[in-house]
Amino acid sequence: MNDLTTLTRPRAETTLKDWETDQEVRWCPGCGDYAILKAVQRTLPMIGADPANTVFVSGIGCSSRFPYYVESYGFHTIHGRAPAVATGVKLANPDLDVWIVTGDGDGLSIGGNHSMHILRRNLDCQILLFNNEIYGLTKGQYSPTSREGTRSPSTPFGSVDHPAKPCAFALGSGARFVARAYDVAKQLPDVLVAAHAHKGAAFVEIFQNCIVYNKDVFADFTEKKNADEGQLWVEHGKPLLFAKGTKGIALDREALTLKVVEVADGDWQNADVIVHDVTNRAIAHMLVEMPFGPFPMALGVIYDDPAPSFEQAVVAQNEQLARGKTPDLQKLVGTGQTWTVTKDGPVL
Amino acid sequence: MASLSPKGNARVARSFSTLIEKVLRTRGNRIRNASETNMASAASRSALPLASSEPPEAVVVRFAGDSGDGMQLTGGQFTLSTALAGNDLATFPDFPAEIRAPQGTLFGVSAFQINFGSSDITTAGDAPDILIAMNPAALKTNVMELKAGGLIIADTGEFNDRNLAKAKYDANPLEDGSLARWQVLAFDISALTLESVKPFGLGNKEALRCKNMWTLGLALWLFDRDRQPIVDWLKAKFAKAPELAEANIAALNAGHAYGETAELAVPVKQLHMAPAPAPEGLYRTVTGAEAISLGLVAGAQLASLPMFFGGYPITPASAILHHLSRLKEYGVTTFQAEDEIAAIASAIGASYAGALGVTSSSGPGIALKGEAMGLAIMTELPLVIVNSQRGGPSTGLPTKTEQSDLYQAVYGRNGDAPMPVIAARSPADAFDCAIEACRIAIQYMTPVMLLTDGYIANAAEPWRVPDMSGYTPFPAKFLDHVPEGGLKPYARNEKLARPWIKPGTPELMHRIGGIEKEVNTGHINYAPANHQAMTELRRDKIFGIAKDLRQDIAIGNDNGKLAVVGWGSTFGPIHQAVRRVRRKGHDVAHIHIRHVWPLPENLGDLLKAYEKILVPEMNTGQLKTLLRDQYLVDARPLNKISGQPFRIAEIEAAIEGMLE
Repeated sequence: MNDLTTLTRPRAETTLKDWETDQEVRWCPGCGDYAILKAVQRTLPMIGADPANTVFVSGIGCSSRFPYYVESYGFHTIHGRAPAVATGVKLANPDLDVWIVTGDGDGLSIGGNHSMHILRRNLDCQILLFNNEIYGLTKGQYSPTSREGTRSPSTPFGSVDHPAKPCAFALGSGARFVARAYDVAKQLPDVLVAAHAHKGAAFVEIFQNCIVYNKDVFADFTEKKNADEGQLWVEHGKPLLFAKGTKGIALDREALTLKVVEVADGDWQNADVIVHDVTNRAIAHMLVEMPFGPFPMALGVIYDDPAPSFEQAVVAQNEQLARGKTPDLQKLVGTGQTWTVTKDGPVL
Repeated sequence: MASLSPKGNARVARSFSTLIEKVLRTRGNRIRNASETNMASAASRSALPLASSEPPEAVVVRFAGDSGDGMQLTGGQFTLSTALAGNDLATFPDFPAEIRAPQGTLFGVSAFQINFGSSDITTAGDAPDILIAMNPAALKTNVMELKAGGLIIADTGEFNDRNLAKAKYDANPLEDGSLARWQVLAFDISALTLESVKPFGLGNKEALRCKNMWTLGLALWLFDRDRQPIVDWLKAKFAKAPELAEANIAALNAGHAYGETAELAVPVKQLHMAPAPAPEGLYRTVTGAEAISLGLVAGAQLASLPMFFGGYPITPASAILHHLSRLKEYGVTTFQAEDEIAAIASAIGASYAGALGVTSSSGPGIALKGEAMGLAIMTELPLVIVNSQRGGPSTGLPTKTEQSDLYQAVYGRNGDAPMPVIAARSPADAFDCAIEACRIAIQYMTPVMLLTDGYIANAAEPWRVPDMSGYTPFPAKFLDHVPEGGLKPYARNEKLARPWIKPGTPELMHRIGGIEKEVNTGHINYAPANHQAMTELRRDKIFGIAKDLRQDIAIGNDNGKLAVVGWGSTFGPIHQAVRRVRRKGHDVAHIHIRHVWPLPENLGDLLKAYEKILVPEMNTGQLKTLLRDQYLVDARPLNKISGQPFRIAEIEAAIEGMLE
């Protein structure tokens, strides 16, 4: 799928164990972060990642503790600023494999600006946004992704503001890769492999269950009994089917919206079900905007259409402009409006 | 002077003090002779407005006009011409915050002042001797600062009813006698310019744009200057529009010819100013912004590091981003970030990855960067933060100068967050200060703030191009293997600096962050004793820098009646004021502090050797407070917060007041 992917480094042979640190993990027992950590540690050997060449950069929040638990280089920065720090890391050394771990508050509230610009610039990195729709580390205030009416210490009578939609935000910011999964999904490593294979900014929203402050808020589609009706796993070249193939997503050509259609006897062609094309930006927009309830939750790689990445462009321009020029500090300091003072006075 | 500063640094400073001492020793005679001869000749050409109380070893000229009149350009070219005439000089551009202020308005006036002379010049001058006013608004906003008896050159063509009204003049000041304190040379520069460029067929508007060159031509005549360098510059500037080049050259020549041939209303004659003594060598004009950019490049090169510069546009700091973005062949990557925070955060990321991270801003932007500075302090990564100070608080005075960010630089972060602070005193000095900031950042694994200000950033002065081989390299060292006893990312060397470990290095994987670190291992650690130990380590590391720093004395003895203590761009006026008072026989010393934090180790004892301490600052007394706090000395403030640099006379008066 991804023509721009170039494997410049040799594959490193590692196992899940190689990616575990000696640090005691300090998330609440039962937190969804544990499952995501395992999925990442399972993914890294799959993609042949080299611990010495891998950097995890995070902001602040429960999710941002992540780098301490991965045996690679890690930088736990400040609230919301991981994308900015990561941009400096990648521009200074484009060979590094950079992962950003953030949350709904870190990435969409205090750091929303940086999230927008890293996606717009298309820095080559993986951005894992753990969305638990709550501020966990500060003890349970509602977050920018909390649904209307969320009761929390700061909104005891229910929140009144509209939630942000992370994947819609990412697409709106110009992201070239948008995927969605949830903490305990068995498909999560595959989604992460695809994100890593994408050269450019790969945005992955991971629904994460905060068992203390927002327990089971995604149960409507993550629980086993709700999975069939609630989950639509999209795959490039495959029809958008769910509910064991009995329902599909079709285009309402009149209203220019998506609609759920019944699929009889597996005949999805007849029901006009859309075949997923990860390079179709318009459909991607519609899939991430589907309201849950009337529609299932779209999961998997929703959009993947690579474009030249930021650090490649910066390096190319730097090289092009430096080509044929010899750095000469002495010459540089003596450039400009110059004159020479001689025994007989100044001359040009 | 820091004993560890680059060799060239120390040498430049030494030769500078030697020069000053020489001047001081010989000044008595020279001044007398100079004043005798010059006063005699001044009498014979009485029109030249050189104030009689001061020996005419220097002249201050101010070009003022509408912001569309090209006054900064005119000033810049007059500066080059002055340098080529061998005069020492200093300049001060003073332009409005508005990009295109409505024409003719008081707030749209743009001015450029130059002080030049036959001996060393360190300020842009107090009151102008000559004011060139291109319109009524320029006259109104500047004339009150002109010396009594000074010369006004005004363009009558612009003194029409509309412009007089915009400048809020009830009557034409050129005609109502209100300018009687000064000499006025008023004629229709607009018409003369139009006449001179007639053959080139320009539109009226474009033709009038040549006014500044006409005026420059007159100024060149006035000071007996060669026009050729300006002609060459015009040809190069308008290479793509030769008719504009020719028109401007014609205007320049016409202005010059006018001075030579016309019967001027007041008997102005040419003044040829003797060149100032200057060591032989290659010179250039340099602004502070240029010098800082070059110094940062030099610093990175001396450290054998690529430089990463993260910036966000802000006045008056943007010029540094502009300069550096053109220097890619020197291993410079510039990144215009989405905001001030991203600018510093990306620089920290780059330092983490093994480049020299640099960011730059002005007061409000520096405030936004505060939290990230704490991160750089906690993670102990090298970083240079340039603060081109401007008037504050908040948006304040974006285009005016102030040195009111000293508290912010030294104290302005949450937690006990010590950070070295260095302040440049002049455009040329900014070069060495930038190198020094890079050195400390790398050798001590710490963010360093380099303070400059709007005045230094924009002002230009002649700079003897340094011999780069005179600077001692300070190559950065990266840890590249597991040391004996295992990897300890927060182990300490003799400077208390931790090792710099680049991601990408095999076997050295580790995690850092803003949470309190455990001594040696760098693991997260909230234990009370550990925080105490780490806070003290961070403090001691920064205080340790002071061991290498020795405070020198700019002029005077190491004890006595009064020390005038300054920092940053007040160097010039303080220096001149102290010289003047010493010439009158008073026991006064000038101490200039470059290392604002940590203060040089001997500064406390030095200050205590004086009976009195005066601290002139363009703020309400920030260094004064710092000195009182650190040394319990009775430092007295002299404060100016008008957005304008100190005048020599203001400081001179304060010194004399202290000596009474």
